[in-house]
Amino acid sequence: MNILVCMKQVLDPEVPARDFRIDAARKEAERGSASLVTNIFCENALETALQFRPEGSRITVLSYGAASAEETLRKALAMKADAAALVVREDDAPPSDPLHAARVLAASVRSLGGFDLILTGREAGDWGAGQTGALLAEELGLPCIAFADSLSLDGGKLRIRRQTESGWELFEAETPVVVTITNDEHNVPRIPKVRDVILAHRQPLTQFTAVELGVPEMNDYYEVAELFIPKKESRCELVAGDTLEQKVDQLARKLVEVTASL
Amino acid sequence: MSIVTIHFGFDRAAEGLLGAARRLGDELHAVVIGDGAHDVARYADRVTALAMDYHPEACLGALVPLCAGARAILLANDTYSQELAPRLAYRLGGSAVGDGVAIDEQLRVTRQVYGGKAQAVIALKRTPGVAWLRARSFAPAPMRDTSAEITTVTPPNIEAKTRIIERRKETQTEAKLEDARVIVSGGRGIGGPEGFANELQPLAQLLGAQMAASRAACDAGWVPPTWQVGQTGKKVAPDLYLAIAITGASQHMAGISEAKNIAAINIDPDAPIFRHARFGIVEDYRKVVPLLREKLANMK
Ligand SMILES: Cc1cc2nc3c(=O)[nH]c(=O)nc-3n(C[C@H](O)[C@H](O)[C@H](O)COP(=O)(O)OP(=O)(O)OC[C@H]3O[C@@H](n4cnc5c(N)ncnc54)[C@H](O)[C@@H]3O)c2cc1C
Ligand SMILES: Nc1ncnc2c1ncn2[C@@H]1O[C@H](COP(=O)(O)O)[C@@H](O)[C@H]1O
Repeated sequence: MNILVCMKQVLDPEVPARDFRIDAARKEAERGSASLVTNIFCENALETALQFRPEGSRITVLSYGAASAEETLRKALAMKADAAALVVREDDAPPSDPLHAARVLAASVRSLGGFDLILTGREAGDWGAGQTGALLAEELGLPCIAFADSLSLDGGKLRIRRQTESGWELFEAETPVVVTITNDEHNVPRIPKVRDVILAHRQPLTQFTAVELGVPEMNDYYEVAELFIPKKESRCELVAGDTLEQKVDQLARKLVEVTASL
Repeated sequence: MSIVTIHFGFDRAAEGLLGAARRLGDELHAVVIGDGAHDVARYADRVTALAMDYHPEACLGALVPLCAGARAILLANDTYSQELAPRLAYRLGGSAVGDGVAIDEQLRVTRQVYGGKAQAVIALKRTPGVAWLRARSFAPAPMRDTSAEITTVTPPNIEAKTRIIERRKETQTEAKLEDARVIVSGGRGIGGPEGFANELQPLAQLLGAQMAASRAACDAGWVPPTWQVGQTGKKVAPDLYLAIAITGASQHMAGISEAKNIAAINIDPDAPIFRHARFGIVEDYRKVVPLLREKLANMK
């Protein structure tokens, strides 16, 4: 099976709120001293693909991003993806809207050719649009299943389990199909071995640009009208007391107070 | 031009969605998939009941003609709505935006970004504007004197390349976590499934609470994924959210921004959760919770 995993590099989502700043003019987050990391759901998607990987499969990873996104792809190769392609974008390009990203990814899919299964993350940890996978499916005219957490084969048929708010649904799908991946206990991304990290740096990386693919830099889907950091007021009252017993007693009283008024 | 709302049954989210749509003006056409058309008809101007089971491709096929000519299409933030919204926008030549906490008449949608560390107002460039909203936090629409007319449509069967072969429910109770008034939630610091079962569960029972968890606790496999609260989990709005051994990462807080009271039990005084909580205790939960249960039982 020919599998593609779309991976996005994002500003580290673990930057604590107190260090997070925005560039009001560009309506973007300030990079500051934060690192760039692979979006967690893209790693969940790759992990799902690696565990599924039927015999003779090939897993390609694809990213559209600045030159630094090469790191995301190298890490994916170290996790044991087979091939990688980068659609390079200028460093100072404005943030792309999800339709533009989907168009670029769709053009890449056509250019690389022949995928049976295309995986994306459910959403990216930066702007959290949660749309690119669905729009990519539309661009390619393929069916799409969202929020999946595992893939399997049953008598040669592809089975996709996806989460719902009350449980799960099992799909049977013909290929090609686009699937967006969410987290669960089984697709926590593996840590690549040091040796594989070194080897990954010697592997070839296909590179092209959106213009070469014939996709103009155009954001005609939506725009960011405002970006701001909301003010949050908070005064936490820590329960007082000389002993644990006294403190817990205070806590119990407060809990009863707020629940009794219900 | 009309506003279309799409519902999968009738609940608090449907009420909020109808409220949001009503405040945009224009004729309100509600499309209901599954039960609930009669309830929705008390708020909308026109109701179409789609007689079908949920299937993404089939629903899209049925919704596209019903949404033709709409100015805006609003959905809630459940699984099915999130799955359909971008694709529906695409097929109608429109734009979509999700997880909105506010929407104005120009269809500018306010939403959290960067894991809840910032907020953005997104302006849609194409028509129709499709938005999925945190519908439960919107005020309901006024009820009509007479119910709107309901047209039932049975969509033709389509040749779908995907098929749902099994559906499972794995919820704690019939009541939805989203509607819970008290929630006891545990994080990675709980240390294992035993902590949830032996410490948190009995505490939740005493408080009449439902249980929830952080992503870390779900990813560890200690509790099911349906318990996850946060940016990519459930958005809850209880009167009390008791966070036990949860750091309070922005992505977790993004799911409880509507909670009225947050209380925290955490061993680390510098945990960000204390910057959001109204009250709390800095202690090992394993010492606090057994004692707390005793106190609460005595106070009953
Ligand atoms: C794109 C994206 C989406 C995400 N979506 C979500 C989401 O929807 N929901 C979510 O929860 N997270 C989400 N996350 C993950 C989030 O960033 C945090 O990693 C996660 O919430 C941490 O979970 P935690 O607080 O349980 O674990 P930790 O950060 O490991 O915190 C454990 C806490 O327990 C405390 N503790 C330890 N032992 C004890 C003890 N004995 N007694 C008392 N306290 C103790 C510690 O002091 C610490 O504060 C997302 C991340 C990304 C990047
Ligand atoms: N620039 C990109 N390059 C590769 N994949 C992307 C890109 N943007 C989005 N995706 C994919 O789409 C998913 C959802 O992203 P988003 O719609 O931005 O929330 C991500 O997890 C990726 O799998």
